[in-house]
Amino acid sequence: MSRRNFLGLAAGTAAGLALAGCGSSGPSSPGGGGGGGGGGGSGASYWFLSGPPGEQIRQASVDRFNKDNPEAQIKATTFQNDAYKTKIKTAIGAGQAPTIIWGWGGGGLRSYVQAGQVEDLTPWFEQNAAVKDRLFPSSFGAATIDGKIYAMPAETVQPIVLYWNKKVFDKVGVQPPQSWGDLMSLVPKFNDAGVAPISLGGQSRWTNMMWLEFLFDRIGGPEVFQAVFDGEKGAWSNPAAIEGLTKAQELIKANGFVKGFSSITADSNADQALLYTGKAAMMLHGTWTYGSMSQDGGDFVSGGNLGYMNFPGVDGGKGDPTDTVGNPGQYYSISSKATDAEKETAKKFFSTAVLSDAEVKEWIDAGAVPIVKGADSQLGSSKDADFLKFVYGIASGAKVFAQSWDQALSPTAAEKLLDNIAKLFQLSITPQQFANNMNQVIGQ
Amino acid sequence: MTTLAPPALPETRPTASRGGRSGSVAWMALPALLIFFAFAVLPLVGVLLLSFTSWDGIGVIKPAGFDSWRAVLSDPGLPHALWVTFKIMALSWAFQTPLSLLLGVFLAGHQRYRELLAVLFFIPLLLSSAAIAITYKALLDPNFGLGAGLHLPLLTQDWLGEAKLAVGVVVFVVSWQYIPFHTLIYQGAVRQIPRSMYEAAQLDGAGRVRMFFRITLPQLKYTIITSSTLMVVGSLVFFDLIFVLTEGGPGDATRVLALLMYKQGFQANLMGPASAIAVILVLVGLALALLLRRIGGGSSSSSQLEGA
Repeated sequence: MSRRNFLGLAAGTAAGLALAGCGSSGPSSPGGGGGGGGGGGSGASYWFLSGPPGEQIRQASVDRFNKDNPEAQIKATTFQNDAYKTKIKTAIGAGQAPTIIWGWGGGGLRSYVQAGQVEDLTPWFEQNAAVKDRLFPSSFGAATIDGKIYAMPAETVQPIVLYWNKKVFDKVGVQPPQSWGDLMSLVPKFNDAGVAPISLGGQSRWTNMMWLEFLFDRIGGPEVFQAVFDGEKGAWSNPAAIEGLTKAQELIKANGFVKGFSSITADSNADQALLYTGKAAMMLHGTWTYGSMSQDGGDFVSGGNLGYMNFPGVDGGKGDPTDTVGNPGQYYSISSKATDAEKETAKKFFSTAVLSDAEVKEWIDAGAVPIVKGADSQLGSSKDADFLKFVYGIASGAKVFAQSWDQALSPTAAEKLLDNIAKLFQLSITPQQFANNMNQVIGQ
Repeated sequence: MTTLAPPALPETRPTASRGGRSGSVAWMALPALLIFFAFAVLPLVGVLLLSFTSWDGIGVIKPAGFDSWRAVLSDPGLPHALWVTFKIMALSWAFQTPLSLLLGVFLAGHQRYRELLAVLFFIPLLLSSAAIAITYKALLDPNFGLGAGLHLPLLTQDWLGEAKLAVGVVVFVVSWQYIPFHTLIYQGAVRQIPRSMYEAAQLDGAGRVRMFFRITLPQLKYTIITSSTLMVVGSLVFFDLIFVLTEGGPGDATRVLALLMYKQGFQANLMGPASAIAVILVLVGLALALLLRRIGGGSSSSSQLEGA
């Protein structure tokens, strides 16, 4: 009869195994480990995200570098977004990080810095001022921890913008919202016409967060979240924060978001599909969705049916409606556990291959704005020129380009935030309870 | 760790010749024991140690005494996750047991078409949980799913976006996946019931229903306990299916213990508290297995064929 006990123990420990086992899963590609590998010459390893169009462009830069530097090769390995986030953390924790760590900067980078796992690039940027000076200055904020630069800003700027479906707006006979009040008054009109006012992939949680990011900024200015980020006691109880949270719940109660939004994931692009199939009228999302909507939406984008604008202001709010939120860039760090030769290869890659003229052109062709100064002069020739100029205008015109909250905060605080945001949007907690819950973990 | 002891052999003092045989049998159990030790006991000890430390998964592991335990035990998320775990456990047990019992009894017959049906019933078990979850998620999508596609308002609910419905869907999908397995167990057990008992009952004039309740059900007592143990302990470690289907949502409506552990460890980078939750999970699993054994009457020698 002890077989039953054995089963119980075996099943129970499986859970423990799941936790302990994951910690030891290193990179699967041979020679991929920067630190543990024992040094394979001056070749460096580089992990980054898969999926079009970024994967092809990143790979092309690696290929160009490898062709020009036969003695110092870079070996690339790709991962899916969510898988990568877990993988890179465990790999770094196990001392098996790749030489070049692809990331989002901010709070995640800070946790690597505190563990001493990434190289301080400040002296290198001083020696190579030309590399630094050609990039958007705003892109360095999320790469800078306690006054030192730990990552090379790269790739593209991705603000979050309000998209709208022109066909649906014409059908219902309304104009895009110029203020929060406009937006609220559009909600019943779309609902009466049988169209969801706003598409939202709420299961992903950070999608809900984007609404709060803009509401906080438009109502109280960037200081409201800055106080949270700085760890000020009770910062979430700021009246502007409470007002923003309340406004978000008002929108939910008015059926502003598509039915079933809390079971829609952004990873599946179902939220974008709602917009381009005309089932929803508006969507607040990152500019990275432009590419996938052009690809998946048939002639929706090419036919000029996609409208876009910066988030409107809130009547009586203190915030500047030119401010924006999103990804000010992507961030490449160098593992401090890599050998000197590997680090040299990585630095050479940063200065010669990252955002080279060829790469800049590829990003623009893919419908994105690289973080290189003066890139706007090249935008005109693109088939997406209007959209790219709009994005460039937002990025260069914003007084404040805030980093997404979940990227800016530490992973611990970010998880707590996303958890509470999901409950707020589920209407299972009040704005006041949200503020209380979040005040408890401030500064963590 | 007493439960690690190998099954106690009923014989008291074997003869010399049999002694040699049982020695070689013990020797053969060694590889399995080693694997069990290396991949189950050792990580378990590691998790226990980790629960007394503070570690973000990246930096150095620092001893932290009872900090993690205090954090976990004072977090309202733990009782909630326990409640959700038990709710899903109880509901899926109550849903699966009668259905798989009846199906098992039905399939224990000997007609040919039943074997074809048995093969069909078995199919869900062959699919991976992740694939099942993705499929159901697509089918239940309120805007692009089955209900919207066929214009059936009844099916066009916010299945995974409303707390109560989401729990129901999880229970349903779990049952859909595992009923075939338990059906198989019951089918085998029913076939072992001696025909003579039914023949005797028929002579006494008992009908089908009466035979089911008076013979089949009592004879399946131990099978029910075995199958229930597997269901109950198995439902403690549901992770993949719920993770893909709802990610614990909406809000925290389907956040079971295993998901809470994952979120603490790998999303919030709190390995200490996550390890404490893992230890709690193991303890709950052990307690449940022992409890079910108690309910089952414990004595290993009692035969199902008594009175046959």
